[in-house]
Amino acid sequence: MLSAQQLESYITQNLECEYIKVLGDDGTHFEALIVSPEFIGKSMVQQHQLVYAALGDRMRAEIHALSMKTLTPDAWARLNV
Amino acid sequence: MDIQEVIKNQVTANPVVLYMKGTPKFPQCGFSNLATQILNACNAQYVAIDVLADQNIREGIKAYANWPTIPQLYINGEFIGGSDIMRAMYESGELQTLLNAAK
Repeated sequence: MLSAQQLESYITQNLECEYIKVLGDDGTHFEALIVSPEFIGKSMVQQHQLVYAALGDRMRAEIHALSMKTLTPDAWARLNV
Repeated sequence: MDIQEVIKNQVTANPVVLYMKGTPKFPQCGFSNLATQILNACNAQYVAIDVLADQNIREGIKAYANWPTIPQLYINGEFIGGSDIMRAMYESGELQTLLNAAK
C-alpha cells in the first residue's frame, strides 16, 4: 500500500521542495502541502501541473486522489510570520 | 471527429463546462461532488459532462488540458482547474467574477 511518506519521496525526487507534507493513511487518498521555488511566477494550474509531472505515470496508476495546496517560498514565509 | 476536436467544441460551445464523474444529481466521487457544490453556491449555469459515460472523453480530457485528474472546469473555453483550484478561487471570490463574466 502506498504511504504518505512514499508519495512525499516520489514528489521530492523530481521537484525541488523547500517544504512538503503529505497526509493520508488509506493508500489511495492523499492531501499535500508543497512549497517549491519552482512555483515562482507560475499560475496555480501550472504549479499543480508541475506536481503531476513529478509523479508521472504514478498519478494514473497508483494514486486515486491527491488534493494539494501549492505555495512559493515567499507565500509560505508570509503564512509563517 | 477526433476526440480532442470533440472536447474543443464542447468547451467553446458552452460558456461553463464541468467534466466530472457522475452527474450533478448523483456525483460518483467526492471531488466531483465538491465541484458541483461550488458551482451551485455561485449560482452558475453550467453543462456537466459525465466522463464515466464515455471512456474516450475520460482519457481525452486528461490530455486536452495536460491535467491527469477529474473534475475539470472550463470557462469560455479556458481550463480553470480541478477541485482544489476551484475551491481556492471560490474562497477568494475570483471564481464568481469569472462565472459572472461567462454568462
